[in-house]
Amino acid sequence: MTELGGLYAIWEREVRVYLRERSRVLSSIVSPILWLVVYGGGLGSQISVSGLSYQAYIYPGIIVMALIFSSVFYGASIVWDKKIDFLKEVLVAPVRRSTAFLGKVAGGATDGLIQASIILLLSPFFGVSVGLNLVLVYMYMIILLVGLVSIGLIIGSFMESSEGFSLIGGFIIFPLFFLSGALFPLTNLPDWLLTLTLANPLTYGVDALRGLMLGSYRFGLFVDFSILLTFAAVMVGLGSLAFEHMKV
Amino acid sequence: MVTELVASQLSPPSADMVKVSNLTKIYKGNIKAVDGVSFSISEGEVFGLLGPNGAGKTTTLHMLATILKPTGGEAKVNGFDVVKQPGKVRESIGIVFQDPSSDELLTGYENLKMHALMYGVPSSIRRQRIDEVLQLVDLTDRRNDLLKHYSGGMRRRLEIARGLLHRPKVLFLDEPTLGLDPQTREHIWEYIERLVKEERLSIIITTHYMDEADKLCDRIAIIDHGVVVVNDTPGELKRRLGGDIIKIRMKTPNLPMLESFPYVKEIEARGEEITLTVEEAGSHIQEILGVIGKVDSVDLRPPTLSDVFLKYTGRQYQEQGGGGN
Repeated sequence: MTELGGLYAIWEREVRVYLRERSRVLSSIVSPILWLVVYGGGLGSQISVSGLSYQAYIYPGIIVMALIFSSVFYGASIVWDKKIDFLKEVLVAPVRRSTAFLGKVAGGATDGLIQASIILLLSPFFGVSVGLNLVLVYMYMIILLVGLVSIGLIIGSFMESSEGFSLIGGFIIFPLFFLSGALFPLTNLPDWLLTLTLANPLTYGVDALRGLMLGSYRFGLFVDFSILLTFAAVMVGLGSLAFEHMKV
Repeated sequence: MVTELVASQLSPPSADMVKVSNLTKIYKGNIKAVDGVSFSISEGEVFGLLGPNGAGKTTTLHMLATILKPTGGEAKVNGFDVVKQPGKVRESIGIVFQDPSSDELLTGYENLKMHALMYGVPSSIRRQRIDEVLQLVDLTDRRNDLLKHYSGGMRRRLEIARGLLHRPKVLFLDEPTLGLDPQTREHIWEYIERLVKEERLSIIITTHYMDEADKLCDRIAIIDHGVVVVNDTPGELKRRLGGDIIKIRMKTPNLPMLESFPYVKEIEARGEEITLTVEEAGSHIQEILGVIGKVDSVDLRPPTLSDVFLKYTGRQYQEQGGGGN
C-alpha cells in the first residue's frame, strides 16, 4: 500500500512540476515542429517515399524523436533531485528504491505523452490521420517511453552534474535517433547501416507508429511489440538496479 | 545467561529510543569519519550532537537514518536495527536535512501531501494531519504558495512540519538553523521547544551553535575526529569546567602568583589576553586583581557551552599551533 502510494506521490510530483513549467512544455515541441515544417517541408518538395509525402513519412519518426529527446533528458531531473537533496527525502521514506524509480519512470513517460499528444493534435496539418488506431499508438508510445525514460534515469543516477549529463545524453540520443529509420526507409541501405539500425530498439518503435498511422510496416506489429517490450523490461530492470546502488 | 534472561523478562521494555554502540564509518582510503561512537537517547529527550565541521556529526546521523551503511558497530532506532530493518527505522524517524530537500515548484501543501503518501499516512486523516503540522509551524496561510516564494526560515519550518507529518518517534534535525538570521533562529527554537512539550518525541540535533545546544538540549555529546569526547547535560558540562571565566587584558601579568591560589583552576595566556577559570570568581576577584598587576580591562562571566566546547575540541589546536606554554 505504501509502495503504491509512494509511486503515485512521485508520479504526481513529476507531472505537476512539468505542467507548471509551461516554457518547458512549449520548448519541447518547438524542435519537432521545426523538423516537420522546415526539414520535412523542404526535402518533401523534392522527394516522396513509398507513395507518401515526405512530411507524412517522417511524421511518426519525428514523434519518436520528440520522445527520445524528452525522455532521455528527463533523466537530468535525477541529477537535479540529488543536487537539491530532494532525493534524500525520497530515499529515507519507507518505500523501496525500485518504487522511487518506477515513480520517476511513470512521471517521465507522462511528460512524454503530453508532448506527443500536442504533436498528434497537429497531425492533420502534415497529412496524417490516425483514426481508431490512436489507442494502439498510445500503447506503443507508452512501452517505448518506459524504455527511453529508464535510459535517461540510468544515466542520471550515475551523473553528478547536469553538464556531464548533457554530454553523455547527447552521445546516446543522436545515434538512437539517426539509426532508427525515422528519416529514411530501410530499403537499399548499406549493410553496416542496416545492421546498426536493426540493432536499435527504436527502429521498431518507428515501424509500429508508421504502420499504425500510415499503414506501411516493415516488421509488423507483433515483432515490434515483442522487441519493444523486451527493451522496456530490460531497461526497467537495469534502472532499478542502478537506483539500488545510487549514491546520494 | 540465566540472570540476563530473568532481567530481560522482569525489566520494562527499554526506554532507549536510540541506542548506538561502537558505530564506525570508514570511507575509501581508510578515512575514519566516525570511529567507534556510542550513545543512547531516551524517550522525550533532546540530544545534541556537537562538534567542529567534519567531526562526523552528519555521517553519524545519516547512518542512523539508513542513508549510509555503517562499516562497523550497531545502531538501533525505536528498537529496530538500522542495517537489518531499515524500513522499520525509516517509519520511526523524521528528518530535517541540513540543506533544503523540498521541491520549490510545489506548494507547501503539495510537498506535505507527497510526504504523507510516501509514508503511508491513511488518506482519511491525511488532510487533518497536514493542517495540524502546518498550524504547528505557523504556515497555514501560506499552504498554497509555491515554495520558491518562501523565505529560508519558512522553508525550514515547512520541512520540520514535514518531518513530523507521519508522527515519528525520533526527529533528526541536522543543523536546523544553519544560515538563518538570528530572529528566524529564535523562532525555530520556539517551534522545537513547543514540539518537545506537545509531542513528547525524542530529538537529535546536530549543530555547531553553542547557544542553540544550550537552549534546546537535555544532553550533549561533543564529537571530534569521529570520537565522542564527552557526553553529559549542559549544566554538568559547564560545572565540570570548575568555575567562572575571568578574562583580563593587560601587558605584564604576574602569573606565577596566581598559580598559588587553589581556587584558580586554569590559566591560559594568549598575547595580552589572559583567561582564568576560577571557582566562585565573584568573591575572589578582588584578591586576583590585587596581585596580578595593572590591568586594562576585566570581564567576569559564568561559563558557557562555548568554553566547554573549546576545552574539549579547541585545546589541541592551541597547543600545537599556538607556541604558548
